[in-house]
Formats: sequence, structure tokens, C-alpha cells
Amino acid sequence: MQRRKFLKTLGLASSASVIPFLKYLPASAAGRSDTLVVVSGSGINSLDLHRKGTNRPSYQVTVNIYDRLVRFGVKTLEDGSMAYDSTKIEPEVAESWTVSDGGKLLTFKINPKAKFWDGTQVTAQDVKWSFDRAVSLGGFPFVQMKAGSMTKPEQFIVVDDMTFQIKIPKPSKLTLPDLAVPIPFIINSKVAKKNATANDPWATEYLHKNPAGSGAYKLTRWDPGQQFVYTRNDDWALGPKPGVKRVIVREVPSSSTRRALTERGDADLYMNVPAKDSKEFKEGGKITVSGAPIDNCLHVLALNLNIKPFDNVKVRQAIAYALPYKDIISAAAFGRGKPMFGGKSVTPSDISWPQPFPYDTDLKKARALLTEAGFKDGFETTLSFNLGLADWQEPTCLLIQEALAKIGVKVKLDKIPGANWRTAALVKKRLAMHMENFGGWLNYPDYYFFWAYKHGHLFNSSNYKNPVVEKLVDETLHMAVEDPLYNSNVKKLIGIAFRDVPRIPLYQPYLDSAMQKNVTGYASWFHRQLDVRGISKS
Amino acid sequence: MHSSKLIQVGRRLAQALPSVFGVIVISFILTRALPGDPAVYFAGDMADKESIEQVRQALGLDRSWIEQFLIYVSNLANGDWGVSLSTGRPVTEELLARLPASLELTLIGLTLAVAIAVPLGVLAATRPDSWVDHICRLLVTAGVSLPTFFTGLFLVYIFYYLLGWAPSPLGRLDILYLSPPQVTGLYTVDSLIAGDRETFVASLAQLILPATTLALFALAPIARMTRASMLGALSSDFIRTARANGLSGRVILSTYAFRNAALPVLTTLGMVFSFLLGANVLVEKVFSWPGIGSFAIEALVASDYAAVQGFVLAMALLFVCVNLTIDVILTITDPRVALDD
Repeated sequence: MQRRKFLKTLGLASSASVIPFLKYLPASAAGRSDTLVVVSGSGINSLDLHRKGTNRPSYQVTVNIYDRLVRFGVKTLEDGSMAYDSTKIEPEVAESWTVSDGGKLLTFKINPKAKFWDGTQVTAQDVKWSFDRAVSLGGFPFVQMKAGSMTKPEQFIVVDDMTFQIKIPKPSKLTLPDLAVPIPFIINSKVAKKNATANDPWATEYLHKNPAGSGAYKLTRWDPGQQFVYTRNDDWALGPKPGVKRVIVREVPSSSTRRALTERGDADLYMNVPAKDSKEFKEGGKITVSGAPIDNCLHVLALNLNIKPFDNVKVRQAIAYALPYKDIISAAAFGRGKPMFGGKSVTPSDISWPQPFPYDTDLKKARALLTEAGFKDGFETTLSFNLGLADWQEPTCLLIQEALAKIGVKVKLDKIPGANWRTAALVKKRLAMHMENFGGWLNYPDYYFFWAYKHGHLFNSSNYKNPVVEKLVDETLHMAVEDPLYNSNVKKLIGIAFRDVPRIPLYQPYLDSAMQKNVTGYASWFHRQLDVRGISKS
Repeated sequence: MHSSKLIQVGRRLAQALPSVFGVIVISFILTRALPGDPAVYFAGDMADKESIEQVRQALGLDRSWIEQFLIYVSNLANGDWGVSLSTGRPVTEELLARLPASLELTLIGLTLAVAIAVPLGVLAATRPDSWVDHICRLLVTAGVSLPTFFTGLFLVYIFYYLLGWAPSPLGRLDILYLSPPQVTGLYTVDSLIAGDRETFVASLAQLILPATTLALFALAPIARMTRASMLGALSSDFIRTARANGLSGRVILSTYAFRNAALPVLTTLGMVFSFLLGANVLVEKVFSWPGIGSFAIEALVASDYAAVQGFVLAMALLFVCVNLTIDVILTITDPRVALDD
């Protein structure tokens, strides 16, 4: 830090007004202790999550500058890292809520302390307008709202200024947690409506570049392709006061540069560190690494049942017995993966998810199963992976290729560019053997099965079709976890996944972030983005 | 004389029109031939078939190619290059924001390369097989064979990570500086216009490592071309005559030999400049430079049609301009060259 003797005027303001902040302040002084510098691999492309084409990194803007009715709590893990708690739902804009009409009507009381940045009260009309928008604009927001049984504006009712209701067609355990995901954020509808046009009734053009919310941070500067800056909203009263006054998120595309910046101490926080760097940061000891296994997410080898011989369950099991699980975790995930192999019994003992599948590397068993299936001499196939995720998928695929050669299965590797991946793997579902890494935002096993095991659903890239699974998922998806049937249904589902293995889990990945020792309060979130509200710096 | 030159320039520009139109057609077809499906990409992570179709309709991608092309061309004619899907901003705005960053870096890198490569090439040609010639060979070989991302990372490792002399490789300005009020878009020039010496120094400091990386890469073709054409000029008859007439070595070298050798060097310069501007993606990535190359790559990865087409078109126009400028300079330096064919 010696080389930077002076801080330059730091004006953090949108294009209109430039507020001089500090002039010639020694670097050792308070100048940086209330400013957090974050480096991230890819930049944001919109401030509006409801817009079509908004990329994943932009979700964090919504998380930090907008409020929702409710939010998830945070828990501390065994190793001291912190992570969100999917079982704990806390009030945010809603100070309380009740469920009535047999679970079909949710009534929210709005907190009088919830104020937009312009000082006006957050009202039920604002909530309704925002939710109407989420279900009306189509695309991803619609799909995510639908997961919580919310599809039509008529479901959102304004009782009075401070009371808001949601009507759902049948009781569902997913509705309340779905209100805590980034999508149903609350917009200042008065500001938005003022900037709406006849062609653009939902003010997408305006909100794309101009935030209008009530959140703990305001977005005060955005230089596309370079950086954006959050400034704390000191009037925010819906939670503990955030620890840092200003957060600068710089876009640094090269991971080597991100690492150098972190090690030199020029960056405070490095979000989403590749497994290799995270392992070396840990060994180095100078940088704190905080990470948690991503809930409801698995890195799997998927086998396409529409392509022979993967329609044969014995072939799929043979491959599950032939995979080099330990090598994959140590060489491709650098130890940052929770093992999902070596389960004790073929029937699950509990409903924890994800849980280890009852397979382990056992070439004898694999060969025997292949012989039984009529492929004594093996067969030839292709293994496809996403070049955009080559950092872990390429080494994994090489290890799989090597291991399968031992049981006579000749694998040709097929690299697919990131932009084509979704079309090939998820939409057309045409890849024989391939890598898949779906993770569900709502942390319920049946939610995972809904997306990844139901026929025709997006992440069921294996074309797996089982009438029992279809029926069980439909029955279980909205069922309360307290329901006596829930346990046995989920166990049945997991048992079928064990036996049929259209998707062979390799491990549960971690989401790691690296930070300087003086940064505290970082937590891992299901949306895999940075929530700066809890972070402080000493 | 002047008006005839103007007519020639105008004719040159007219000749470029068919090629620009060709570029428009080809870039349109090529982007559509990319295997990626923008509707799938922009529908988002959890989108199902229905929402993908919605996005396809909203983007107008359900229409036929011919229809799409006609819409695109008529928009272009109105000066509308389309809106980049991934950034949600007009392509022209996006390119104008990023082009100065690339230009500034390329110009400084190229100036650095010329400043080293031309004298080196001249010296090497006058003293073949001397130590200067060997240094020239070494630099040329290194420049050609070292990939730019390697040189870039190597410089970052030595001068930023180990020594701490260079500022953090964080793009055009360090975190705590504010960009100068925009006039040209070149931070060094703009900060001078604003009279802000400190920002000027800071933006120059950010430029040193990436410009050096670019220069190392660019000096190879320039030095080689200078050396070769100087060797050719020095061995020609008019130099022998000049020597026989007793002209001084300096006059022979600068007035007669170099002026004649400058022709291919200038042509090479034009090529290298255009190439550097769009192709230094790796340098941009290593130094977090918000340039036009990384914008194009991101657009390509996202199958962002309007952005890719806009980039190709902008580069084509730039190529036309650079080549024209070089041609005009050539006619000034060498009267034997005429603009018409």
C-alpha cells in the first residue's frame, strides 16, 4: 500500500452530480476501512433482474439494492464459514405474515419502517406492481414465480396500504421461500410508473439503468465493463446496519490478475474463486477462504437414455461403478467438493439431499454389469462438456475417459462452446454422455427432482422418464415437509435415483470466496452472489 | 492538384462501399450461422420451452432471415446499429465507449513499437551481422514467438506482484481515481485538457504495462520489414550513385535510402494497427482493459447478434479509413505512388 501515497478525490455519484469525497487522504487513514473493494470475473449488464438477458452477476445488484417481503436467515457452519439458512425465513419489508384459508391465502403486514430511497412509504400497491411485473414480463422471472405457484396478477391483492395478500390455488411449501429469492424484489412503483411509456408499461428501459428501491445499498455509479459502486443507505431500518459504507466492485476478467490483486492486498474480497486458487489461498494462510457446499446442487455425469446403450440400466450402473470419484474430487475439484459416492445402502436411510449414492469405484462390478448387459467388450460413445466451465469439467472428463477405458468403454471427448451448451444439452437434449451442474434455489429434494428427473423438464438432459417419478414429484412438490407422506415419498424418489442413475453424482461443489483477514461477515448464498449487507471491515 | 487529390480520395471511398456492403451481408449470415441460440441464452437460467419462445418472438428471431436482414439494413440506413442484448444499450453507444480505450492503448503501444523497431531495423540493415543485427533478430523472434497473454502476465508478475512498481492491473484508472470529463475519450488527453496532472500521471501509469506488452508483439513485423526494405534500398543503384557523388552517409541514409524504404514499412504499420485494435483481447483480459476486443468476444459468446455485427462493421469501416490514410501518406512520401490504380 506504500506506493499509493494519496487517495484521489473519490466522487461517487451518478452521472448527474459528482460529490467530492476525500482529497489527499493518506492511505493508512480511514479512507479505505469503510470502503470494500471487490473483484469479480464478469460484470453486470443490467440493474433490472426482470429484464430479458440480464446475466447472472447482475443478480447481486437486485439482492443488495432492493428489498423483498421476506429473507432467509444466516447460519454458521462447522468450519466457521457462514451460509444462508434455507429453513429460517425472516421478515424484511413484511413485518409479519399469516397463512389462512387452509394454506391458500398469505397475508403480509408491511413494516412502517420500510421506506424507499426517496423517503416515501413502501406500500402494498408497490408490492403488487412489482409482483405483477414479475409474472407479466415472461422469461426467467415468470418461471421462478411459477415455482412458488404465482402466475397471474389476480393472485396479488392490495387489502389496504399496509396489507398485501397472495392467493395460491393450493397450499404449497414453496411459496414463502420463493418470496425470498432475488426475483420478487419490490420496486418504487410511483417512480417506475412515471417513467413508463405506452410501449413499455413496466418501465423496463428506465429500470434497466436506474434503480428505484428501498434496499440497504444504493447503486451510485455504474461504468459498464469496468465497475459499479454501492453506497450505504443510512436510512435503511429493516435489519442490522451494514458494516461498510461503500463497496466498489471491479470487473477483472483474468483469474490470474484477480489472484494477484488479492494477494497484494489491493482487493478486499474475491468472489467465486476457482477451486485450485482457493486451495492454494488456504495453504498460503495469508488470505481467508470462506465457502460452503452449494445447497441442492450436484455436479453430475448425465447419461442420455434416448441414446443406446444408456437406455439399459445395467450399463448406467456399470458406469457408476467405474468412475474415479476420489481422483475427480482431488484432481478436478481440488478437494472443494463434498463426496457423493460410497453410500452404505441402496435404500436411503433419511431424506437429506444431496446424499452419497451407493456406488464406489469397483471395476470388477462394473465389468460384470457390462457383461450382463451384453457389452462384454465395451462400446464407443462421446462425452460432452461445456468449454465455459472447462476449469473443472475438462479435467473431470479426462479422468472419466481414462477410467472408462479400463472397462472397455471408448470415450471421445466433445468440447462445446459455452453459448451453445444450453441449446445442445438442455433444450435439444441431444448429448450422449455429458456433464451437468443444476442447483435448485429452493432447498427441497423434490424441487431438485422436479427440474432434473421429470420428463421434458429443462435440467433432465438425460431424457429420463419414469411414471412413478412423475407421480411422486407431482404429489410431493407442494406438500408440507411435516406431512407424514413427505418423508416416504422423498425416500422413494431418492431410492429410484440410486437405482436408475440417469444422473451419476460426482460431488457437491463448494462456492468459495477469498478475502483479507480484516473482512468479516461474508456468507455463501444459494444465488451464488455477494450479499454485502452482512459484511464489515476493520 | 489539391482538388484532383480530393477527387481521388472520394473515388477511393466509393470503391470501399461494395466491400462494406459485403461485410454487412457476411457478418449477418455468419452470426446467424453460429451454433448458439440467443433465445435460449437470453431466456435465462431456468427458462422453459414456453419462455424461450416468448424471448424468440420478442427478439424478432422467429422471422425469416431475409426479413431480419431487410429490417437490419433499413435500421442501419437510419443510423441505428441495433441494441446489444446483453448490455441493453445501443451498439453505437457501446462501441463509442470502448473504442477510445482500445485506441489509446493501441496508439501508445504502436508508437512505442515504432520508436524501437524503426531505428533498430535501420541500424541492423546498415550493419548486417553485427551485434545490433543480432539484438534485432532476438527481439523479432521473441516478439513473434511469445504469446501476448504470457508477456502480459509475466510483466504483471514481475512489476506488479513481485516489485510493486506498477499500479494494479485494473483497467484504465486505479480504483480511487475518477475518469476525466469526456472530450476525446482518451484518458491521457482528456486529463490534460482538464488540466488534471495527477489523473494524467495515473492513467499513463496504467498504460505502461499493457502498452509494453502490445509493443513487444507489434515491433517484430515492423523491425523486420524496416530491416528488409532498408537492405533492399541500400543495395540499389541510386544509393551507389549517391555514394559515388560523395554525399554524406547521413544524407544518403535519411533522404535517399529511408524515404524509399518507408513505403512497405508504412503499409505494414497500417496492417499492424488495424490488427492490434481488434485483436488484443488477451491483453485486455489480463489488464482488465475495457476495450473493444473483449466486448466482441463477450458478444460472440452470448450470440449477441447486433453487437457482433456492429463490431465487425465498425472494424471494417476503420480498416477502410486506416488504409485510405496510409495510401494518402504514401502519395505524399513517395511521388511515384498515385492514388488511382
